[in-house]
Amino acid sequence: MSARADIIGDVRRALAGAPPAPVIERNYLAPSTASTGEVIERFIERVADYQAVVERCDANEVAKRIARAIPQEGAVVVPAGLSWQVPGAVEDTGLSARELDAVHAVVTAATAGIAETGTILLQHGEAEGRRALSLVPDLHVCVIREDQIFAGVPEVMSQLDPRRPTTWISGPSATSDIELIRVEGVHGPRTLHVIVVGT
Amino acid sequence: MDDFDVRGLVQPMRVALQVTCINDALYPDTGRNVVRLLRRLGVDVEFPAAQTCCGQPMVNTGYINEAVPVLRTFVDAFAGYDAVVTPSGSCAGSVRHQHAIVSARAGDPLLAERSADLAPRVFELSEFIVDVLGVIDVGAWFPHTVAYHPTCHSLRMLGVGDRPTKLLEAVEGLTLLPLSEAEECCGFGGTFAVKNAGTSVAIGEDKVRNVLATGADVLVAGDRSCLTHIGGLLDRQRSGVRVMHLADVLAQTRPPGGGRR
Amino acid sequence: MTGTFVGMPAFPAAARDALDNAQLRANLDHATSTIRAKRAAVVGELEQWEALRIAGAAIKDDVLLRLDDHLLTLESALQDAGAVVHWARDAAEACRIVAEVARAHEADEVVKVKSMVTQEIGLNEALAAEGIAAWETDLAELIVQLGDDLPSHILVPAIHRNRSEVREIFLREMPDAPPGLTDDPARLAEAARMHLREKFLRAKVAVSGANFAVAETGTLVVVESEGNGRMCLTLPDVLVSVVGIEKVVPSWRDLEVFLQLLPRSSTGERMNPYTSTWSGVTAGDGPQEVHVVLLDNGRTRALADEIGRQALRCIRCSACLNACPVYERVGGHAYGSVYPGPIGAILNPLLRGVGSSDQVDSLPYASTLCGACYEVCPVLIDIPSVLVNLRAQVVDAHRSGLPKAEAVAMKTARATLSSSWRLALAERFTRIGLGAARRFGASAWTRSRDLPEAPQESFRKWWRRTGGRP
Ligand code: SF4
Repeated sequence: MSARADIIGDVRRALAGAPPAPVIERNYLAPSTASTGEVIERFIERVADYQAVVERCDANEVAKRIARAIPQEGAVVVPAGLSWQVPGAVEDTGLSARELDAVHAVVTAATAGIAETGTILLQHGEAEGRRALSLVPDLHVCVIREDQIFAGVPEVMSQLDPRRPTTWISGPSATSDIELIRVEGVHGPRTLHVIVVGT
Repeated sequence: MDDFDVRGLVQPMRVALQVTCINDALYPDTGRNVVRLLRRLGVDVEFPAAQTCCGQPMVNTGYINEAVPVLRTFVDAFAGYDAVVTPSGSCAGSVRHQHAIVSARAGDPLLAERSADLAPRVFELSEFIVDVLGVIDVGAWFPHTVAYHPTCHSLRMLGVGDRPTKLLEAVEGLTLLPLSEAEECCGFGGTFAVKNAGTSVAIGEDKVRNVLATGADVLVAGDRSCLTHIGGLLDRQRSGVRVMHLADVLAQTRPPGGGRR
Repeated sequence: MTGTFVGMPAFPAAARDALDNAQLRANLDHATSTIRAKRAAVVGELEQWEALRIAGAAIKDDVLLRLDDHLLTLESALQDAGAVVHWARDAAEACRIVAEVARAHEADEVVKVKSMVTQEIGLNEALAAEGIAAWETDLAELIVQLGDDLPSHILVPAIHRNRSEVREIFLREMPDAPPGLTDDPARLAEAARMHLREKFLRAKVAVSGANFAVAETGTLVVVESEGNGRMCLTLPDVLVSVVGIEKVVPSWRDLEVFLQLLPRSSTGERMNPYTSTWSGVTAGDGPQEVHVVLLDNGRTRALADEIGRQALRCIRCSACLNACPVYERVGGHAYGSVYPGPIGAILNPLLRGVGSSDQVDSLPYASTLCGACYEVCPVLIDIPSVLVNLRAQVVDAHRSGLPKAEAVAMKTARATLSSSWRLALAERFTRIGLGAARRFGASAWTRSRDLPEAPQESFRKWWRRTGGRP
């Protein structure tokens, strides 16, 4: 017998005489009473809580803010579909991991954000870039539009395509493995810089 | 309080005391104090002599088969009463949460039915006083500083909440001092105290440290089993802190002539 | 390389050693109380916390009670997404599958994301035997691996080590450790970053577990903090994920429950720094060869236990460890398993079978039944009830052999407590019994605790004498 048949058979035997599956009540879905402005403000406050850099600006200021966020020296990479000009940046053309390791900063767009948890989500399309891009460089500048920010986790789920890879980012990489003391910056970008753009 | 009398209800309520096996054998004063207290509150409590134990010591050790006849005895002794009062959160918890397991194991539907019928009428002492009698001030007098340990089974299995502390706060002359990490287990845990004695003592010593830090004269709890463990540690350390059951405190009244504050 | 739990002594003996280690107790006390406070703060923020717990438990019950359907759905969704699905009945089979994938790519090393299940199956040791090095990339796992040590906590496996111990381990075992390394946690983390970067960049094969596997869409989820997970899941060409069959959740939307429950219960954060989800292979992004090993290894045995099956709801948040008074005093090693603490005390007997060893049989007794674990569990596992039920199984498993003193005592108690007159008779000996216990002292009880004075008469006797009217 195959392992598959054995395991499925064992599952069925284990469940002989078991009660029916319960009804799942989703009483946790409390409609948010916060205004759009409050949601954006909460997002900014909670991103900052993770020791990320976060700033807010109008659409016409984005390019300037990006230019200020990236280092004067050192290579910067951007995904092909990024809608803002980044001076001196190279477009990702499938750089190897080692090549990316020599890059200092990356600028990407976001797919969505969650105010309750201060999270940005990337689904790694044209404007967010593939996963390695926002991982290997030490500084990640992420531009998110206000209308991409949702109040809580449930609100954002329906916006996502489960078949796309998704990265949920809440602050810079961190560890609390030594004496429970939080240290920002381990393997992922040590600095996360979020620019929230008004719409 | 004196004019409160449940016997004045349309149907006189028959109330039984389940004294618990530990109070019966080791702490009869606590049993006597429950009787004194309830009589003072107008409850003519009876002691069904056929009672033994709730069966928890066996169930918690894994001897569920052995608990079956004990459960039968329990149900036989108390089935005829309107309410059963027990000075133990642990025993009341066992009745509500474990008796169904025991009767299921016995494969005896009649026993299951009778014990399920009885369980909601079994009350821990503070529940009975606050919920059934509707009393907070029991007219007690106890001029001492007191720390209260909530005990895990009263707190979590039974959910007695702040009933015991409300009762204590209403006692004349009593000063209730806050116990830090009060909700932490004392480390007793029935046979755990013997099977894993070292760990049990290590947990208990932290409880004792917190008790001593309050500076209270007396540590009060609603379970004699936990108090035996904590009291044993306090006595071994010659700490001078006494342990008392909630009933022992609530039963005290101002002596004739006024007493000393 | 890393130690093994095989042949661990039964819990009480192992706990005694741990209790004697003052440094360990100080580390544990600090760590568990810190994390308890953080958890309480972020759980208190969510009004709908109880509703989330109820939903979480219900979703997992749905998974378990229809596990066959969900597994088959998961399998075909994974295959549709380009993943290769393997099934493994036990640890050996799972390890063999991973080793074969590595060998097929001529890899002599793999990078690993922290995963409980690969520890459970002893994957590192199995790969080492095949000449394949498995590099742990989570900081705490790295500390454990370099220190030739055993994990002692689900979330923070090196919780028993303080900063100066970590520094010593790094200086001793890490050839590329910076010479002036201090014990500042930030410097230690940086040393780990440098040490592992080269391994991430060159690795061809990565091994992970998964926190969740979405049946409907074939999506796997890894929840982490450091970014080592993202490195492993993204950079190598080949990814093998070993997934316990109970990790399924039915639909994508169900993640909205668990991604709220897990971080708050686990690290006490609103959200962990990184969560990665992926469904099979994505062209031009990440590994182009993706394997998923669906593992039983005792889970169907646990599933067959009517009361115990709820343990399979566990999302390995470790809140129960941090809340447990026993764990706080003795740490994780005493449980003799990668699953320590309250969940370990039930999961190990359920997975391995009661009666399989004295060590396993000692675990259900490693609890005071205080219920603190149940109170914090995000999926409402009634650990105390499962413990009591497993104790009954332990007793039953030993009924045929020579009766232990305890069994004799319980039989006597059964007879005594079944009738009030026998109890009354027995109570005459209370004084004698307590006196004897006190005189012969040094018993488990009296080593550190006094015994109460025996009363002049039992309550029962007093009532008979006075009718309850003094
Ligand atoms: S049993 Fe519950 S509290 Fe413990 S690790 Fe599992 S999910 Fe968390």
